[in-house]
Amino acid sequence: MTPASFDYHAPRSVADAVKLLADLGPDAKLLAGGHSLLPMMKLRFAAPSALIDLGKVAGLRGIAQSGQEIHIGAMTTEHALLTSPLLADKLPLLVEVASWIADPQVRYKGTIGGDISHGDPGNDHPAVMLALDASFVLTGPGGERVLKADGYFLGLYSTQARADEILTQIRIPIPPAGSGWCYSKFKRKTGDFATAAAAVQLQMKGSTVARVSIALTNVGPTPLKACKAEDYLVGKPIDNATLNEAARLAMQPCSPSHCQRGSADYKTVIAGEMVRRALQTAHSRAKP
Amino acid sequence: MGNMSDLKEREDKLQGMGTSLLRKEDAKFIRGQGQYVDDIKLPGMLFGAIVRSPFAHARIKGIDKSKALAAPGVVAVLTADDLKPVKLHWMPTLGGDVQAVLADKKVCFQYQEVAMVLATDRYAAYDGAALVEVDYDELPAIVDPKKSMDKDAVIIREDIADKTEVGHGPRTHPNHIFTWEAGNKAAADAAFASAEVTVREEILNPRVHPCPLETCGCVASFNKATGHLTVYMTTQAPHLVRTVLAMLSGIAESKIRVVGGDIGGGFGNKVPIYPGYVVAIVASIVTGVPVKWIESRIDNISTTGFARDYHGVGELAADKDGRIKGLRFTALADHGAFNSHVSATKLPAGLFSICTGSYAIPNAYARVDAVYTNKAPGGVAYRCSLRVTEAIYLIERMMDVLALKVGVDKAEIRRRNFVRPEQFPYTTSFGWTLDSGDYHTALDKVLKAVDYEALRKEQAAKRADLKSPTLMGIGISTFTEIVGAGPTKVCDILGIGLFDSCEIRVHPTGGVIARLGTMTQGQGHATTYAQIIATELGLPASDIVVEEGDTDKSPYGAGTWGSRSTPVSGAATAMAARKIKDKAKKIAAHLLEVGEGDLEWEIDRFKVKGNPTQAKTMKEICLVSHTGNLPAGMEQGLNAVSYYDPPNLTFPFGAYLCVLDIDKHTGEVKVRRFYALDDCGTRINPMVIEGQIHGGLTEAFAVAMGQQIPFDDSGNHLGNSLMDYFLPTAMETPHWETDHTVTPCPHHPIGAKGVAESPHVGGIPCFSNAVIDAFAHLGVTHMDMPHNAYRVWQQCHALGIDKR
Amino acid sequence: MATTHTVSFKLNGKPVDVTVEARELLIHTLRERLAHTGPHIGCETTHCGACTVDIDGMSVKACTVLAVQCDGADMLTIEGLEQGGVLHALQQAFHEEHGLQCGYCTPGMITRAYRLLKENPNPSEQEIRYGLAGNLCRCTGYQNIVKAVQSAARTLAAAQPATA
Repeated sequence: MTPASFDYHAPRSVADAVKLLADLGPDAKLLAGGHSLLPMMKLRFAAPSALIDLGKVAGLRGIAQSGQEIHIGAMTTEHALLTSPLLADKLPLLVEVASWIADPQVRYKGTIGGDISHGDPGNDHPAVMLALDASFVLTGPGGERVLKADGYFLGLYSTQARADEILTQIRIPIPPAGSGWCYSKFKRKTGDFATAAAAVQLQMKGSTVARVSIALTNVGPTPLKACKAEDYLVGKPIDNATLNEAARLAMQPCSPSHCQRGSADYKTVIAGEMVRRALQTAHSRAKP
Repeated sequence: MGNMSDLKEREDKLQGMGTSLLRKEDAKFIRGQGQYVDDIKLPGMLFGAIVRSPFAHARIKGIDKSKALAAPGVVAVLTADDLKPVKLHWMPTLGGDVQAVLADKKVCFQYQEVAMVLATDRYAAYDGAALVEVDYDELPAIVDPKKSMDKDAVIIREDIADKTEVGHGPRTHPNHIFTWEAGNKAAADAAFASAEVTVREEILNPRVHPCPLETCGCVASFNKATGHLTVYMTTQAPHLVRTVLAMLSGIAESKIRVVGGDIGGGFGNKVPIYPGYVVAIVASIVTGVPVKWIESRIDNISTTGFARDYHGVGELAADKDGRIKGLRFTALADHGAFNSHVSATKLPAGLFSICTGSYAIPNAYARVDAVYTNKAPGGVAYRCSLRVTEAIYLIERMMDVLALKVGVDKAEIRRRNFVRPEQFPYTTSFGWTLDSGDYHTALDKVLKAVDYEALRKEQAAKRADLKSPTLMGIGISTFTEIVGAGPTKVCDILGIGLFDSCEIRVHPTGGVIARLGTMTQGQGHATTYAQIIATELGLPASDIVVEEGDTDKSPYGAGTWGSRSTPVSGAATAMAARKIKDKAKKIAAHLLEVGEGDLEWEIDRFKVKGNPTQAKTMKEICLVSHTGNLPAGMEQGLNAVSYYDPPNLTFPFGAYLCVLDIDKHTGEVKVRRFYALDDCGTRINPMVIEGQIHGGLTEAFAVAMGQQIPFDDSGNHLGNSLMDYFLPTAMETPHWETDHTVTPCPHHPIGAKGVAESPHVGGIPCFSNAVIDAFAHLGVTHMDMPHNAYRVWQQCHALGIDKR
Repeated sequence: MATTHTVSFKLNGKPVDVTVEARELLIHTLRERLAHTGPHIGCETTHCGACTVDIDGMSVKACTVLAVQCDGADMLTIEGLEQGGVLHALQQAFHEEHGLQCGYCTPGMITRAYRLLKENPNPSEQEIRYGLAGNLCRCTGYQNIVKAVQSAARTLAAAQPATA
């Protein structure tokens, strides 16, 4: 209903934010969009002693092309992703995933950095980051380091980010022109977390698959890359038989937990369905 | 004088019955100027936060308030011990039971109220609540009602363990509440024994919750100097509450004022008297300052009156053409830990005996066994017309089951069993007299509108195509409702009859104020009652002010629930208006120097028959009635009050049809079309009616397709926030097509029947029938709700139709 | 005594100052300190949208924002939509299309629709439903709300000066 008391800090620079994080210790939490953290605090599932609000930190918002990459500030909101002409042109998969996150109001505040950092397997961006082979820029007391999305997510609420680091930027290689893409998310109602979801980025060569990334949301403690399904599809056409097999292979590493959305078996089946549909749609969008 | 356009102009000016008058209540709401309970701020007001049990069943060994009392802003912490001196730690319920206000010695459901922390603001109150330490000894919990009456079942209600009855007849077990029967079991059994065809299904109506957008709450304000208690409250029945508070508190009823202001949705959630209200009232009496209590959404879903939880068995006996000879419907009713829902004393299972529905069924028997479990109390709620949702769900499901068994089309089997137009008034085997109706016309109109034959052809083609990724379902529901509780000889709550009232005062310059005993929560009463009066009195609705909810001002009534407002208070409104009109006629005759028999009424005036230029408008009479120019012996004024005891309930009905498509591989259901035809008799405001239909259908959709209150085996809630409790957004909600017929109610002064719960009662079985119809060709006769994707997929998977 | 912060922002065009603890939610500041009880509370899990306000050109759920985060903000609530005694097209349309019943979701719904029409002045029905997916209603079934937004869109478009 109402959070417990905490101290509030609103630094203006990354350096100040990093310093605060170090000074205040592990009981302090970063506040990004606040739409995962504040609800938890209102129910008193979380009670940090201090919040470090990144909302006024300079340089953490924005979407820009840098060479063959798109660079996105960690505090860029879902709404900004959804309405970005640059992303619509170069990274439409990111626009699609943003469109399925929560609702309009939450998208105005929720950030891509927060979605990634929270470590919640139900969040949508992590699987998409895997599918896009993204990298994350982390800034800590010792400076910056860049980590790949693949391997970044360790478990429930756990990532490779250290306690004294702040995710400041996401870097995504621009997929080749003519790529197909799709984020297929099955949910009980709009705005819900995924029962299961699949992110696909696809390149065709003629009528066969040249390159494909498939990653899954909410089918385990971390997002999953469906590597076996990816390997299988290379060089094959997209037809009923290959879709069936790709889905079957993608389902194998899934280990979702039973919840009100359904049993583990059901969620795994849905994951397979989402892979299938995401591949179909990505294929229809791909230009050979 | 009196030409058609002039008459029309005068009629239009009234904006009376039958017009889609835009609502008077909108002006404040669209500006954010509603006054809901949490908007109220009184000087010195304290905020109360409730400490709740984490366990479904446990003994309380001790409560330590010390840390909470030491927290900044905390003024007091109340527990059962603090309520004992005023004997309010237990309270009588509207269902004839008693309920713990604050848990004394044990808790019986998860989130049960244990203590209330009073503080200077809500933040301090919640801080304080987090610091109250309660020592519990957990007990085994009964979650499955089928286990409540086991020989060795743990006793939930130790407080009444030796009571042989709890308001509704003999109990056979400490966890048994009542057994209610109706109809003729011997005749029904005989019909089954000799029937050519019988069908039987076990049918669950799962526990759901009305979940209005505003949660429950109150501001209680006791004035120590005057001894007056004022309670601003989310209540659908302010007068009943006032009477019960007088009984509970010992304060004279004339010194208690209950105010229902603007209420953010009721749907039956705001009828019961919840412990939070009582503790807030005691707190105000003890401290002498106002106390506000507003529950959270999780509290609301977890502890306030749930709906349904009927574990039913439906049986029909018929001939081979599907003509029904007998009905046996039984249900095990899970009431939770206390029998707290609104219950007419003679009708503990509500109006369940309407379960013969729209059909002429010669032999019928119904029985409900109600039991306690370690869950929140409730049962009657959520647009249910008092268990009519449960009854109509059963009969409409069983009609489809029977249709499948005898191989008759689902529309045709209904036609064959409908009460025929010439049979009205028709008394059912359970003793209800359906006063009017035309079920055949309603159904035929719907089937024609949707081209039913074409839909069945399309479905047949889809069924033949094994490669089709979807299953197509067509659901029909032809329901008869029973609302407008009700005749005092049958309907009372704690002895108070369910009449209702309207008091009208007409001002010299033609303005009118009407006050009623009902209580709108969004149904548009300020507009619709004004329209009734406008037509009856010939005064423009724009000049008619309608008020409800303040027990100091309004005449006594039982409030708004069970679609009773139009049938009862709407009738009282017409009757009061007619008393005024009768008096006005005498004044007109006096002014025009004719006999009353020489006058006729035309829209807004009395005219002399055969001499139309001689007329007196109602507006003129309003002024005259306040002068000395009156017939000898007549008192001044144009005022009247009517307390209306309805001669019967009313029976709105309808025919609904739903078309949907089911994705075999995910279980997802997409509603393609929903056509709803309603007959509520005389239609006061078509726009308001349509709005009620949209809302009721949306709630029906939510119930049928996704709502449930799940528990684990220890009685812990598994989905009690809006994360999991399915409230559809604009994205999920289907498009509604509405239609109507008009079969006026012969016993109602304006022929109206009430409508707001019909879409919910009729909608739920329509959706459910559609989903199950999609699988009917594969031998599926029934699937329990909710028909969410997961559960529907389980059916697909069991049938093996999801294989690729 | 917990630390307090002074927060200054513009509320419906007027400057306001409040002194709050960091943990105070904007919805409580608006309703209890600033007597703006238009936005309502319907849940505590950020689902219902009854608390929706408009901050710096964004639809925001005031229950999930701290008052301290609003320093310097330009904020609009339902109370600020009527200007000079003239209702906003959305308020008028909700009335004419019967887009409200109990009125509890209405302030948040209209405030969200206000921003929706600025994002997209000519939305399709599907776009309206998607654009209102963060606002729950239990009474209307949304159908008349959609009609109200469509009607307001037409009114606002007609009021636009014609481009050369």
